[in-house]
Amino acid sequence: MTRPTDEPLLSVRNLKTEFVLDEGTVKAVDDVSFDVHPGEVVGIVGESGCGKSATIKSVLRIIEKPGRISSGSIIFQKPGEQPVDLVTLDQRGKHMRAIRGGDIALIPQEPMAAFSPVHTIGNQLIEAIRLHQKVSKQQARDIAIERLKDVSMPNPEQSLKNYSWELSGGLRQRAMIGMALSCRPSLLIADEPTTAIDVTTQAQVLDLLRKLRQQHNSAIIFITHDLGVIAQLADHVVVMYLGRVMESAPIDDIFHRPQHPYTQALLQSIPTLKTVNRSVLPTIDGSIPHPFTRPAGCPFFNRCKDAMPGTCDRHAPEAVNVSATQLVSCFKFQSDGSMERHK
Amino acid sequence: MNRLRTTEPLLNVVDLRKHFPIKKGFFKKTVGHVKSVDGVDLTINAGETLGLVGESGCGKTTTARCILRAIDATQGQILYRKADGEVVDVMTLDKDPMRELRRDMQMVFQDPFASLNPRMTLLDLIAEPLLVNGICNRRERQERVAGLLEQVGLRPEYMRRFPHAFSGGQRQRIVIARALALQPRLVIADEPVSALDVSVQAQVLNLLLELQQEFGLTYLFVAHDLSVVKHICDRIAVMYVGKIVESAPTNELFHAPRHPYTSALMSAVPIADPRVRSRMTPLQGDVPSPANPPTGCHFHPRCQYAVDQCRREMPPLVHIANNHVVRCHRAADLNLPGVDDT
Ligand SMILES: Nc1ncnc2c1ncn2[C@@H]1O[C@H](COP(=O)(O)OP(=O)(O)OP(=O)(O)O)[C@@H](O)[C@H]1O
Ligand SMILES: Nc1ncnc2c1ncn2[C@@H]1O[C@H](COP(=O)(O)OP(=O)(O)OP(=O)(O)O)[C@@H](O)[C@H]1O
Ligand code: SF4
Ligand SMILES: [Mg+2]
Ligand SMILES: [Mg+2]
Repeated sequence: MTRPTDEPLLSVRNLKTEFVLDEGTVKAVDDVSFDVHPGEVVGIVGESGCGKSATIKSVLRIIEKPGRISSGSIIFQKPGEQPVDLVTLDQRGKHMRAIRGGDIALIPQEPMAAFSPVHTIGNQLIEAIRLHQKVSKQQARDIAIERLKDVSMPNPEQSLKNYSWELSGGLRQRAMIGMALSCRPSLLIADEPTTAIDVTTQAQVLDLLRKLRQQHNSAIIFITHDLGVIAQLADHVVVMYLGRVMESAPIDDIFHRPQHPYTQALLQSIPTLKTVNRSVLPTIDGSIPHPFTRPAGCPFFNRCKDAMPGTCDRHAPEAVNVSATQLVSCFKFQSDGSMERHK
Repeated sequence: MNRLRTTEPLLNVVDLRKHFPIKKGFFKKTVGHVKSVDGVDLTINAGETLGLVGESGCGKTTTARCILRAIDATQGQILYRKADGEVVDVMTLDKDPMRELRRDMQMVFQDPFASLNPRMTLLDLIAEPLLVNGICNRRERQERVAGLLEQVGLRPEYMRRFPHAFSGGQRQRIVIARALALQPRLVIADEPVSALDVSVQAQVLNLLLELQQEFGLTYLFVAHDLSVVKHICDRIAVMYVGKIVESAPTNELFHAPRHPYTSALMSAVPIADPRVRSRMTPLQGDVPSPANPPTGCHFHPRCQYAVDQCRREMPPLVHIANNHVVRCHRAADLNLPGVDDT
């Protein structure tokens, strides 16, 4: 699929988010840029701690102390409306509250965090709807039922009376997505649960997101560490490692023409249904460095097969276009000129 | 691979059941049972890896814990062939022979963070099972630990360190080293890589294969991730609500599944190739509660092939081909999609 040429709905530029702790500063998001176009599914992949959640929490402006956005911009532009830079808005102000949950909605990583255990799903849905829309309780209830139908909840009216803990894993996922959809957001952000969900539940969720996107042309940011899931859903992929974007490209390029050594190594190391039974898998040496001991220069340097000592461990590579749509942050693709600028 | 794989069963589990009582009220009266494991039959041949798969809550961990006698099963036989050739029933063993047998069978758990005592050094952690079994003097123990660390790809100098100084993948290596300390014959690994970062999973999978080759280990490998299971296992058993519904050699199971549940599980695996996008309707619904399973075939409410008989009668586990068993009334007449390798 080629990238839509219309204006991006969301444009993140040089975003930096850090957590200032006594032991040191965690650069959770370090110079991240990407775009999301209307109706597009952008996948953010990366291993635990690489800054996926911190990135989207920055977009939603729900980074709490000791974290803060230290620089960059997050331009959100609904078609036909004025662009706003979310970074400049007051985190708790009226404008940001209207966008959060209204235009941009989150399906959170912790399923239990989405709902309060002491209120019924119905009450929470109705409250969420009335927070963003001027409708009566009855109208809100009708919308709530509509949303639960959108997510193929088997018995929408009955489930309004349920508490979240009464639902099975699969149904809770659905209710959560229904909740996120309550105000018809133009951007839906799904942070995949870290605890393993069953392949069957996962397939149901993927199927649902595909349908929603077809029916309502919603743009989706989907976060996961599972490359299989990304391959099945995304149009465009952002590969992160230790807070930085390693590679950003259309889905087919990521899987069939990956350029960054990290993307390449990661794809080779995962067993797929096609790998030969009991063969030795290519591995990536070592493990992800602790955020406090992160290497200078390219964060992947100490595990990279193609690393060039003297360059990669000294300077941070800039993102360069290897094609019109594929961006790679690696010195293998950098002309001397751009390296000079870093010195 | 030139490992010693036999067709001689090391472990033969027959009609294993574990029913947890449901207690209610002030007098804790038993009002029913959670039939977590309800008639499991499994055979693991010496030197092979058997995978145990199924959705969350279908009874995999409970089965594993019963086999190790970490909990006592309600009923069944767990026939184990000892190194001297004698076959014993683990279920009925007395304390002393059981303690001896525990050396033979070891478990590797999912979470390498939770399963290591943070206040013990690697030396103490790995030597603990040796000590418990009264093996070796101090020097010998240190030598053994150094050797074990080397075997799992960690530097022997690390033995004075504490687990917090290690990454997830390294901790899982420590857990594996400890499991190997008593030179077990059977290792039961319950989701051993699912808590690890994607980039270190391959390291641990390679290590498990290598150790199997070197020591002729037999593995029972419990996991969610079918891609991992397909990669590492010789045979696979599929479990659903306390029962085995199908078991076959890995390639046969993936290419020609005979149970609708197996086929549905496989088609749900997200394929890591955007050119092969699934068009199938995923399996709907959830695993029913083992406290109150559906009548007949437990899978019938979710099965698109169910007929009247399925709602009434529980299908028996039958041999459908060499080494291939299946529990479905319609196994002989269905042509189910598997995963093709092209
Ligand atoms: N509230 C916080 N206080 C301190 N550090 C934090 C906080 N939240 C996140 N971090 C740090 O920021 C970095 C990025 O974390 P983030 O949660 O974004 O990772 P992630 O990519 O979402 O990982 P996962 O896949 O495990 O969810 C990590 O090093 C993490 O420890
Ligand atoms: N001590 C117990 N008392 C009552 N029920 C139990 C107990 N232990 C397990 N169960 C129930 O038995 C069933 C099987 O649980 P088990 O942990 O064996 O599943 P599993 O297949 O390992 O699942 P997962 O993939 O989530 O690890 C579940 O319904 C569980 O709630
Ligand atoms: S016995 Fe019937 S319900 Fe059960 S799996 Fe076979 S066809 Fe489906
Ligand atoms: Mg996260
Ligand atoms: Mg389990």
